[in-house]
Amino acid sequence: MIGFGAPLRAVFLAAVGLFLVLPLIVIGGISLNAERAFHFPPRGVSVRWYGEMLTDAGWLGAMTTSATVAVLAATLACSVALPVAYAMWRRPTLFVRLLFGACVLPFIVPPVVVALGNVTWWTQLGFYGQPIALVASHAMFVVTLPLLTLTIGLASIDRALVEAAESLGAHGSGLFRTVTWPLLRPYMITGFVFALVVSLNEYIIAYMVAGATVETVPVKVYNALRYGYSPVLAAVAVTFVTISFLCFGLIGRFGDLRRLMGAWRT
Amino acid sequence: MMGIAQSGGRTVLVWPSLAVAFLLIAPFGLMVMLSFWLRVPGGTYEPGFTFDNYAALLTPFYASRAMLTLGLAALAGAVAVAIAFPLTWFICQMGRRAQTWWLVVILGTLSLSEVLVAFSWSVLLSRSAGISNLFVWLGLLEVPIALTPSGGAVLTGLVYVTLPYAVLVLYPTLSRLDPALVEAAHSMGARPLRAFFGVAVPVCRPAIAATFVLCVVFSLGAFVTPQVLGRPEHWTLAVMVTDAALQRANVPMAAALAILLLLASLAFVAIAGRIGRGQSGTTQ
Repeated sequence: MIGFGAPLRAVFLAAVGLFLVLPLIVIGGISLNAERAFHFPPRGVSVRWYGEMLTDAGWLGAMTTSATVAVLAATLACSVALPVAYAMWRRPTLFVRLLFGACVLPFIVPPVVVALGNVTWWTQLGFYGQPIALVASHAMFVVTLPLLTLTIGLASIDRALVEAAESLGAHGSGLFRTVTWPLLRPYMITGFVFALVVSLNEYIIAYMVAGATVETVPVKVYNALRYGYSPVLAAVAVTFVTISFLCFGLIGRFGDLRRLMGAWRT
Repeated sequence: MMGIAQSGGRTVLVWPSLAVAFLLIAPFGLMVMLSFWLRVPGGTYEPGFTFDNYAALLTPFYASRAMLTLGLAALAGAVAVAIAFPLTWFICQMGRRAQTWWLVVILGTLSLSEVLVAFSWSVLLSRSAGISNLFVWLGLLEVPIALTPSGGAVLTGLVYVTLPYAVLVLYPTLSRLDPALVEAAHSMGARPLRAFFGVAVPVCRPAIAATFVLCVVFSLGAFVTPQVLGRPEHWTLAVMVTDAALQRANVPMAAALAILLLLASLAFVAIAGRIGRGQSGTTQ
């Protein structure tokens, strides 16, 4: 334990903590308004907007769409990231390095550039506005996340273990299945959850590639903000944030979140 | 034996290669091509080769937009790193439970989309419901004031959006930082602040550079935040790209703008990479 100035540290942490949770408090407060208005602090308390969220076909549809797109995109992203990360670890040839670099690209390029590239590409292919175009665009946008968690995971595997398995005759897929995969699984799950969360909340690509036909939750929230206010959108936001807190909380409860995020010392 | 393993290795790369080629390289390549194509009035475009789309950007208007975008992104990145580095440093010194809690909260804020972040800050900074009411109550202000739309509001939104990513990138490096290094600094008589700036910061230079790049790139691409929290004079290149593509139906020009934005990001990556390498890092 290295002490900073203890009071300085406490003030800093409190300020940052407040900064982080303030928007959550505002959205939570607005979702409880009794009237159809964005009062904060809320005037009157009711949970009617949560009820409306669960009965309104538009919001339910958007939530289903978002969830479906995110699950498919995250799965696709993991299926691309796993072989690349594994090859990079086992045998980083020039080709593998190039693949790896290409997969990191979406994260060092502004999302709006990714969005425009995808919208022109899918329009050219005749898939503009199709759900499949959105899934593919999101998959390649979030592919960096599982790639990075898997790279962290592979780096933490002791190579002596692999050599031992090889000297006992394991190789190729057998080696992967019996040694690497069990050690790698938690990192795969973390990468999947990251990809899922980012896809769920991504706005600009969803808006440009399929905003007119496939309405995801962020697109619907933005539209709702522009064309008529309703606290339902705050209720939806609270639901989404709760779900992701639960996801990360469960990982933190049943796994070692710190290790999964790349800490080596425990 | 080796042969089997190797051929297996190549087969598994078929799918990622196809995905990268068709879903990543191709859209990007098409966009580069499109930036040289001809615009057909009425909203479409046809193959050709012209520099007109780029030439149209050589106006004081776009130059000032580009400067604004870069300046805002660099500022947001700097502020995010300046907050995230000490934050991550403190988090890494916490006990196991507290560390997990902080990580869960930070990851949780990742799941607020830019739309919701911008919206909640627009409420927080508003005159009627915002924090200025709190300042009035505390006696710091006479009457509540609207803090949005303004450049400061845009900056706040951008920092909020990028902060969690900054912590995530810094965390592996800082949590692996050898405690012996800092202890050594202490035993040599360095006070905590001096140990922090004299040891932790220089050692983590590559990670800091990487974090800064990521935050800048995210801010460069911000689209909702400048629109919701800023005035039209705060609209960045990302807003212009979307505007050109969708409202003005000029896709070739949007592509040229996007390439400009891309070059700006890559320049940042190159510069930061150079700074990061400038001093040998003992991280990783």
